[in-house]
Amino acid sequence: MNIPEDLLYTESHEWIRREGDNVRVGITDHAQSELTDVVYVELPKVDRQVNAKEAVAVVESVKAASDIYAPVKGTVVEANKALEADPGLINREPYGQGWIFVLKIDNGDELKQLKDAAAYKQQISQA
Amino acid sequence: MTEAAPKKTPLYDEHIKRGAKMVPFAGWLMPVQYTSIVEEHRAVRNHVGMFDISHMGQLLPQGEGVREWLNAILTNNLQKLDVGTGQYTFLLHEGGGVIDDLIAYRTGEEKFLLVVNAARTAEDIKWLHHYIAPTVEVPSRTGAFGAVAIQGPRVVELFRALDVDLPPRNHIVDLTIGGMPVSVARTGYTGEDGVEVFFRATDAAKFWNLILATGERFEIKPCGLGARDTLRLEMCYPLNGSDLSPERNPIEAGLGFFVDLAKPKFIGREVLLKVKEEGPREKLVPFRMKEKGPPPRPHYAVFAGESRIGEVTSGTLSPSLNWGIGMAYIDAGHAKIGAEIEIEIRGQKFPATIEKKPLYKKQSLPPGTAAATTPI
Repeated sequence: MNIPEDLLYTESHEWIRREGDNVRVGITDHAQSELTDVVYVELPKVDRQVNAKEAVAVVESVKAASDIYAPVKGTVVEANKALEADPGLINREPYGQGWIFVLKIDNGDELKQLKDAAAYKQQISQA
Repeated sequence: MTEAAPKKTPLYDEHIKRGAKMVPFAGWLMPVQYTSIVEEHRAVRNHVGMFDISHMGQLLPQGEGVREWLNAILTNNLQKLDVGTGQYTFLLHEGGGVIDDLIAYRTGEEKFLLVVNAARTAEDIKWLHHYIAPTVEVPSRTGAFGAVAIQGPRVVELFRALDVDLPPRNHIVDLTIGGMPVSVARTGYTGEDGVEVFFRATDAAKFWNLILATGERFEIKPCGLGARDTLRLEMCYPLNGSDLSPERNPIEAGLGFFVDLAKPKFIGREVLLKVKEEGPREKLVPFRMKEKGPPPRPHYAVFAGESRIGEVTSGTLSPSLNWGIGMAYIDAGHAKIGAEIEIEIRGQKFPATIEKKPLYKKQSLPPGTAAATTPI
């Protein structure tokens, strides 16, 4: 299972990439593999203000719908429109073209609450 | 009541070897997928796929007068059933609700094989024993026998490669394949040509691997419960526990074809006669979303204008159509083919159209296959 070292992670299987005052968010390789074929993504609206652990997007596989959560408090500044035409990007490139949204974060310190690759790896190996 | 640990089918190790994602289902650990639900679904529509169905119950009613006895319990008419053929039928409770939907094969003059839903097997056994007659017994070979469904347009070719000619649709025959005694029935739950094969649990792995090896040149794929569900839903075959339940009867489910009300006796007959006469209050209807959007899911509310008229019982994104489809129980007054309804998804209403079944139709059947699928 691919868990890049340079990303942060949540318990709910989102990955987070710091980009200055913003964070880019997607779901992990493990999550996409558990969800199976992604067939629909409901994206958050740009400018929406969200709290940490608030459901902001929905990823639907053939089997079921799953909520995607904001890792920290912030404002949505971008959503990945490419997923509307090709939701399978999440399965094929979970850490690349399959990203879901970008959040402008209020407080960078909140990122300290998130897991590093080692802690996330430990979490999924226990499951 | 304590939950027992899920049981393993005789093919469990084969699933693990092939990297299947295993889930508990109806008391059994079953593969939900091997590589991808969509890929497995397409293998069955275009080539051939194999499913482990060893979790399904296999009951063997037998004894003097067993046909008359069973015919006074199940809804379809067993008098029409010749030895070596099977029929889809229901076991109802006295209130007309569905205990189980099943296939009854007549395997001998006074012998039947009932293939029943895994989640209902214990309940079926209880029910049949409640009505037992002195000359009849109903042993279960569930667990001691395994079964697979091999489904798809290339199934005839595959069996020809094993020197086996398949029985006609809905027939069942005893054969020896690869030295193993098996029963082969031309039935299935996918809408494709196909068979269901029953064998001793001790032969399960050997039979499974023989079919996969022989099927390689026909592009066979092992398939999980995920694809089984999307395939059956495209055909509008009901799933017990979702589309059927003890609160629903076969007439409101649109399956009156498999209920012979002209028979003098079966459990639930009086109630069904009344439902038939008065018309059901609700009906199970297939529907298709009007726009590309989120797929419908079980329990989503169905609306006509401002009024809530029912609830979705099955829904998915159809891999064949690449479109949202489902089935819902709605007020009978709204249940008209072509009528527009709305499905509420996360607080927002999406338009859908009531369709005729099946929701997916094969453009053309390859030569040599049966002309039609089971008319459910």
